[in-house]
Amino acid sequence: MIPELGQFALILALCLSMVLAFFPLVGSLTNTPGWVAIARPAVFGQFTFTALAFACLVNAFLVDDFSVSYVAQHGNTLLPIMYKVSAVWGAHEGSLLLWALILAGWTAAVALFSSKLPSLMLARILSVMGMISIGFLSFLLFTSNPFDRVFPAPLQGGDLNPLLQDPGLAIHPPMLYMGYVGLSVAFSFAIAALIGGKLDATWARWSRPWTTVAWVFLTIGITLGSWWAYNELGWGGWWFWDPVENASFMPWLAATALVHSLAVTEKRGAFKRWTVLLSLLAFSLSLLGTFLVRSGVLTSVHSFAADPARGLFILVFLCIVIGASLMLYAWRAPDVTGGGSFDLLSRETLLLGNNLLLVVITAFILLGTLAPLIYDAFGWGKISVGFPWFTTMFVIFTPFMVILMGLGPLTRWKHDEPGRLARLMKIAMAASVGAGVLAALPILHDGSLWVGLAVLLAVWLVASQLLSLRQRHRNHSSLADAWKSFRAPGGSSYYGMVIAHLGVAVFIIGVTFVTQFDVEKDVRMSPGQSVEMAGYMFRFDGVSTVQGPNYHADQGSIVISRGEREVAHLKPEKRTYTVQRKPMTESGIDAGLMRDIYISLGESLGNGDWSLRLYYKPFVRWIWLGGIMIAIGGLFAAMDRRYRVAVKRRVAVPGQARSDAVTQKANA
Amino acid sequence: MMSRYLRFMVPLLLFVLLVALLYRGLSLDPKIVPSPLIGKPMPVFSLPQLENPAATLGDRDLRGKVSVLNVWATWCVSCRAEHAVLMELANTGKVNLYGLDYKDERDSAQRWLAQLGNPYIANAFDQNGRVGIDWGVYGTPETFIMDRQGIIRHKHIGPLTRAVLTNEILPLIAALEAETQ
Repeated sequence: MIPELGQFALILALCLSMVLAFFPLVGSLTNTPGWVAIARPAVFGQFTFTALAFACLVNAFLVDDFSVSYVAQHGNTLLPIMYKVSAVWGAHEGSLLLWALILAGWTAAVALFSSKLPSLMLARILSVMGMISIGFLSFLLFTSNPFDRVFPAPLQGGDLNPLLQDPGLAIHPPMLYMGYVGLSVAFSFAIAALIGGKLDATWARWSRPWTTVAWVFLTIGITLGSWWAYNELGWGGWWFWDPVENASFMPWLAATALVHSLAVTEKRGAFKRWTVLLSLLAFSLSLLGTFLVRSGVLTSVHSFAADPARGLFILVFLCIVIGASLMLYAWRAPDVTGGGSFDLLSRETLLLGNNLLLVVITAFILLGTLAPLIYDAFGWGKISVGFPWFTTMFVIFTPFMVILMGLGPLTRWKHDEPGRLARLMKIAMAASVGAGVLAALPILHDGSLWVGLAVLLAVWLVASQLLSLRQRHRNHSSLADAWKSFRAPGGSSYYGMVIAHLGVAVFIIGVTFVTQFDVEKDVRMSPGQSVEMAGYMFRFDGVSTVQGPNYHADQGSIVISRGEREVAHLKPEKRTYTVQRKPMTESGIDAGLMRDIYISLGESLGNGDWSLRLYYKPFVRWIWLGGIMIAIGGLFAAMDRRYRVAVKRRVAVPGQARSDAVTQKANA
Repeated sequence: MMSRYLRFMVPLLLFVLLVALLYRGLSLDPKIVPSPLIGKPMPVFSLPQLENPAATLGDRDLRGKVSVLNVWATWCVSCRAEHAVLMELANTGKVNLYGLDYKDERDSAQRWLAQLGNPYIANAFDQNGRVGIDWGVYGTPETFIMDRQGIIRHKHIGPLTRAVLTNEILPLIAALEAETQ
């Protein structure tokens, strides 16, 4: 009964999204206030019913209702409660429902927090989001219904893929989807602005916090995914350039470019057309990611069940959404003119450079991801693009990007003098080159140029951000002044930028050090035996059998010590999940800021002997620390008082936004 | 007049190209691409062995028995996912499983086998992927099945799963074994 309720709620949500897609938009064009006013109730109705449907599916998992085919495939009575809930998004149908719910949630949030937007603009934004919602809800209902029944109902479910039974993976998809779908807000803002023909600084200011928040979620989602892979896959890797990872990384890169170009559009009125195009691109790439993951055109370890009918559906949907928006762009963009002019050396130019680099990297990743498909489609032969290709590409572009990141915050808008900049930056230049050369010398290690380059780039970034901080606080004598500057409009977004850029430095150090200095050893050990690696002693105390809720495991016991001191006692496991019979490695990790010790249990070699893999991974945490700092920086930027102050000002002076726009137009 | 819009149509045109490609992709299921090699004798090759560069492995070693050639690489994530299934396949003891280590580094490949177990009788080390081209390797992992005469009878693209193993691979091997000599 309850699953039918869920299905019914989903149908109602679809009907409401159709209402939402049609009436407010048409009303805004024909000036029919009654139709425009339908937007908000339709949004909240759509959210309520989608949430109800989602709750019904969660319930089906909690009560082990195996008459629902999706639950029968992915649920199990023995699953811990947490994984019963996360099993909802553990496969295609349910994850799509989560996607639809998050989309409805973002739409409701826009309706709730943007009451100060001109009502016509808001109506158009919500209508566009309604259109996207139609696509996803009908995709669910017509090709991937999570509420389909199965008769007779099996007594026990097929269980959740053991790889997904991990806390990191329970929250990774929701975070990632918050990011993917959040980009639909920036997309809808851009479409609404294109429809209205008003692309101005106000549009950029409205769109900015939403874009930043979506980007923060995407950052967290990707970071979590990488951390999960490290924990769960049992060989210490943290990024694989798998098509599905690329599918999440491309929208992130595009969104990063967008976050930066929105800043230019807001502050200087420049790059309008480029910013709009990026808004369209970022969301298009997240839709493309959906297509690649769920249509089966590429092989990947985390592909969902491939089904050509689904692939075709998403492709048609892609055509409609992206095709129509690019047509609208081609039609409207020529009319968008104006924006501040700027010289060759100016912050605008540097940000443009950063944008181009990000887009070029995105294009390369897209090409690498699609290469097998392209080659096959043209009959050029066979190709496989692996790790080395992507890594080389990244190593080539990153240094340029980092140089721009250091210069950007210190360069003036509109025009700057090379001489002034050179004087200002000379300390940073000297420090970074000095540190880089020192790090490359074979004093501390066998001397790798990569380490030198990484240290150079990281020091350059840190030094330039410090210089920028010093410049900002030149006139602040006390901490109170500094605090005031933080609280002022524009303050927290400045600090957000600094934190995020420092996060990149931390990330670069982490990646380089862990790839250059990690030590790894395969050993055969008998109980009681000890091995030395990277200055640590590893004593193997044998393997015992432990019983989990839905698995049994061989659990090794290894005591790690350094000198006399015991550092850690690790218990890596090799689990066999009862239903799916998949062997899973659960590594034992002793985490630390400067190094991880990582052990995974290999095979039993008889007589109590086991093969073990020991890893010493210096600075590996810095990879995720960098990701977290980038996300925190984004949060600071999104919380900036400027956006709230701007809103308040508009309350005080009704019609301010509109007259702003008019002046903009007049200026143009 | 059109020229005014032309510049802004570039993204749209690029997108149209992408859609055409993706549409083509839908009908090209990467898992069941028919290989022109099926029904043909396996390509002639001879490569140094991964485990022992002094020894070689070639098509001659695979002839005269039903054999399986698995193409893999350490940089390939799907191969890692597949490895447990290969171990299982090897443990059935019914299969002559050989490997082609494709565009790889010898050190990491040897470490891989030490870590994850070695299901192969022997591995050919195809460092620059030259032999892979002759076999029409599309992307790792791929698995070829040859009959006693050395004719390629089946090609599986993408990671082997337990289901593929029990439903396709093992029955086919049994059938080939049963063929008259």
